Amino acid sequence: MILAREVVDLRESEDVLKARQQARALALSVGFGLVDQTKIVTAVSELARNTVTHGGGGTATLEVVEYGAHRGLRIVFRDQGPGIADVEQALRDGYTTAGGLGLGLGGSRRLMNDFEISSFPGKGTTVTVVRWK
Amino acid sequence: MERIPILRMGRLLLVTIQVDMHDRLALALQDDLTARIVKDGARGVLIDISSLDIVDSFIGRMLDTIASMSRMLGAETVVVGMRPAVAITMVELGLSLKGVRTALDVEKGMEILRNRP
Repeated sequence: MILAREVVDLRESEDVLKARQQARALALSVGFGLVDQTKIVTAVSELARNTVTHGGGGTATLEVVEYGAHRGLRIVFRDQGPGIADVEQALRDGYTTAGGLGLGLGGSRRLMNDFEISSFPGKGTTVTVVRWK
Repeated sequence: MERIPILRMGRLLLVTIQVDMHDRLALALQDDLTARIVKDGARGVLIDISSLDIVDSFIGRMLDTIASMSRMLGAETVVVGMRPAVAITMVELGLSLKGVRTALDVEKGMEILRNRP
């Protein structure tokens, strides 16, 4: 069940801030503690930046979800960019195509409980992450 | 354009990052700081990040870059005031800021920079 939903447009680097602020507000509403909030907001920052810089822009959909007694925060990042040719390679720490540190994908996976990525070359990338309370 | 202020105290430069950092602001700080190190003949740079509620790989890389650039210009950088939740998250993310000296607070950071030969 989805209890709340916010969609943030990701076009430029300032939009990454908006996604972070929304993530913080929703994480607070779910009742996450400070360390969990920090992990969620950091992962959102990494993935939202990927959407802007690699995906050529897209959206972040943030949802407070409930499965039975469990509540969580799910965030879906969608872009229609070039896609990722080798997802396994992109998940490896230190692999970068943009001159960054190459920690974005692999690092976000460690910060969240669930992590799913689907990418089709030429069609875009969707990354779904969930942190459960 | 919005910029992060750089204060001068003797031969030290002080930067308090108070706003929520976005990428363009981070890049502007890099440029401003290196210019000021040269102009003011600074020997040390103190960066207070106690107001930052996250440090992601972009900001981490900026801190690393600032430390390297300053070192080449003869100034040492100390990053102070990292929140515990930020430290926990950074380690899990895979960021260790190996090239950056850190201290608990401004006072301890100043001590490090003042005692520098």
